[in-house]
Amino acid sequence: MDDGREGIKGMANPGRYGIERIAYWLMRLSGLGLLVYFIAHIYETSSILRGEAGWEDLMAMTSSPELHIVLIIVIGMCVFHTVNGIRVMLGHGGVGVGRPTRPDYPYKPASQNYRHKITIYSAIVLAAIAMLYGSAVLFGV
Amino acid sequence: MVRPYCLVCDMRESHIMKIHYGTALASIGLVAVHILMRMADGYAESLQYANVIANYQFLPYAGLLQIMLVLLSIHGFNGLRVILLELRQGPTYEKAVSYGCVAAMIGLIAYGTRTIVMVHMGMV
Repeated sequence: MDDGREGIKGMANPGRYGIERIAYWLMRLSGLGLLVYFIAHIYETSSILRGEAGWEDLMAMTSSPELHIVLIIVIGMCVFHTVNGIRVMLGHGGVGVGRPTRPDYPYKPASQNYRHKITIYSAIVLAAIAMLYGSAVLFGV
Repeated sequence: MVRPYCLVCDMRESHIMKIHYGTALASIGLVAVHILMRMADGYAESLQYANVIANYQFLPYAGLLQIMLVLLSIHGFNGLRVILLELRQGPTYEKAVSYGCVAAMIGLIAYGTRTIVMVHMGMV
C-alpha cells in the first residue's frame, strides 16, 4: 500500500529543497569523511611506535599523488564542515533565522533566508579556495 | 523500581547537542594550531622523524594532541550517532547505536592515548 511516505529515498533527494538540502547532505557526507580520515590519521600516526624505519615507510606511502588528492579532499571537507557547522549552530541559537510571522501563502520559511543561503555558498567557495591552497602546498605548485 | 540513570541513554538530547557544539568550537581552535605547527616549519620538514618525536616530547604540544583526540572523538562519534538515528528509530536500535558509538569512541581515545604517552615517554 502506498502510504505517501518516501522514507530514506525522500530524505536523500537533493533536488527538491534547494541549496539547504544540498548543505544538509554535504554536512553529513563531510562529517563521515572526516571521521574516517580521523580514525585513519590516529592509526597512521601510531606507526611512529615502530621507530624511524616505520615512520619513513609511512611517509613514503602517504607521499603518493593519490593520497595527496585524498588529503586535498579532506581539506575541502574540513573547511565546509567548519563554516557550515558555525551557520547551523547560529541558526539553532536563533541567529539569522528572521522574526516569527503569520504563515501566509506561499508559506516561505523565514529561516531559509538569504543570510543562510549566502553562508552556504560562502562555505562552498571557502572550501574550494582551501583546496587550491592545499594543492599548492602538497604539489609544490 | 526506578531504573538507575544511564549516562549514555538518558542524557537529554539538548545537553548532548551543547556538548557537540562545544567540542566543535574548541576543536576549531586546536586543529588550527595543529595545522599551523605543520606550516610553520614547512610541511615536509615538519614531518621528519626527529621533528615529530620532538613535537610529542614537548609536553604542551602532547597535551594539545591529547585534548584534540578527546574532543574530536566525542564530536565525531556523536555526529555518527546522530546520522544513524536520523536513518532509523526504535528503542533497541537507538540503544545499540548509542552504546556502539560510545564504545568506538573510548577505543579510539585509548588507542591514540597509547601512541601519545609512549612517544612522550621515549618508549620508541
